[in-house]
Amino acid sequence: MNMVLEHAAKTLSGSGLVTAFLFAGIVFYLAGLLADKLTRGRIHSSAIAIFLGLIAAYIGGLITGGEKGLADIAVFSGLGVLGGSTLRNFTLIAASYGAKMEEIKKCGIAGFLSLFVGIFTAYTTGAIVAVAFGYRDPVSVATIAAGTVTFVVGPITGQTLGASSAVIALSVAAGLIKTVFIMIMTPFVAKRVGITTPRMAMIYGGLVGSTSGVSTGLAATDPALVPYGTMIATFYSGFGCLLCPSILYQLTRMILPG
Amino acid sequence: MEPPHVFRRLHDRKIMIYGVATLAACMLCGSVMGSVFGDLIGAGTEIGSVGFSILLLTLVSNSRLPFVQKPAFVQGVTFWKSMFIPAVIAMTATQDVLHMLSSSVVAIVAGVVSVSVSYLLLYGLHRLGEKKEGAEQ
Repeated sequence: MNMVLEHAAKTLSGSGLVTAFLFAGIVFYLAGLLADKLTRGRIHSSAIAIFLGLIAAYIGGLITGGEKGLADIAVFSGLGVLGGSTLRNFTLIAASYGAKMEEIKKCGIAGFLSLFVGIFTAYTTGAIVAVAFGYRDPVSVATIAAGTVTFVVGPITGQTLGASSAVIALSVAAGLIKTVFIMIMTPFVAKRVGITTPRMAMIYGGLVGSTSGVSTGLAATDPALVPYGTMIATFYSGFGCLLCPSILYQLTRMILPG
Repeated sequence: MEPPHVFRRLHDRKIMIYGVATLAACMLCGSVMGSVFGDLIGAGTEIGSVGFSILLLTLVSNSRLPFVQKPAFVQGVTFWKSMFIPAVIAMTATQDVLHMLSSSVVAIVAGVVSVSVSYLLLYGLHRLGEKKEGAEQ
């Protein structure tokens, strides 16, 4: 019996991607079941699947203490391939199939403008929170604020400005929490704040930014909106990397002469 | 004797990989565009690779190119479209949730508050839009 289990484990981890397909299928099935039985279809099954995924990641972290959630367990290593940036982006781009060019033309500018409003808002909020928690030197405040923009912008800004590694780690954490918060909250607030049209989805993508957060959140809200929100959100980190260590840091230094 | 029919079927079957290949081409071109754009404006990272890719695919799928309308071509794309949620599930299962939850209060507050502010902005915009529509009617 042990021998069989050993071979099974070897097969599962050896054919990682195939195991990941099975895993995703099972999670999706469970999510559908829960959505029907517990919430009577009121909560989109994708939203529940995402939540189950996060719980699985938490359990994986508890077992291994690693940083890649469930993928740190050898048997589930293929999740890192299926959920990794290459395949994830490939399916994400495919998910945009069916988007209407007219919609993008019509509201692209509004979405693009909202990018800058979004980066400025996130940075300012992050900076205010950092100051409220006792950070006073402009480099640390700017790094935490940049992390609030996204977890990509935080470390890049921190490294450029020479922030301490503890502050950089903090900025990454802020960005990750933002991403997960977007994933979970989007389906719940979407109707209330009006994310029901391509136009509002684009503005939303520009305002909050995170590509993974917005695409996941919109997928759990209305899959037809995914391309519009994601398309704008994907420019957010890049512009954040451009603005945070330069203009926004200079502004911070003017206000906080550390 | 209907050789053209046989050819057409063969043609259709082959074209499914064209859908996948077009998708691949859009993603690769988009990534190059994103890297070049990022380099040009000196951001130190790529900008909008996925966005450019989405734009390219939308251009292709909205175009009048003859093969785009073939069912097999569409199948090649929509198969990967339907794999998006599974990929998202896999992605969420590989997040560093444990460390995130045990990270400091500053990070949690900063992340949550910044998104909440965006929701407030959106809500305001939404109400504004409703009022405008009401006024026009």
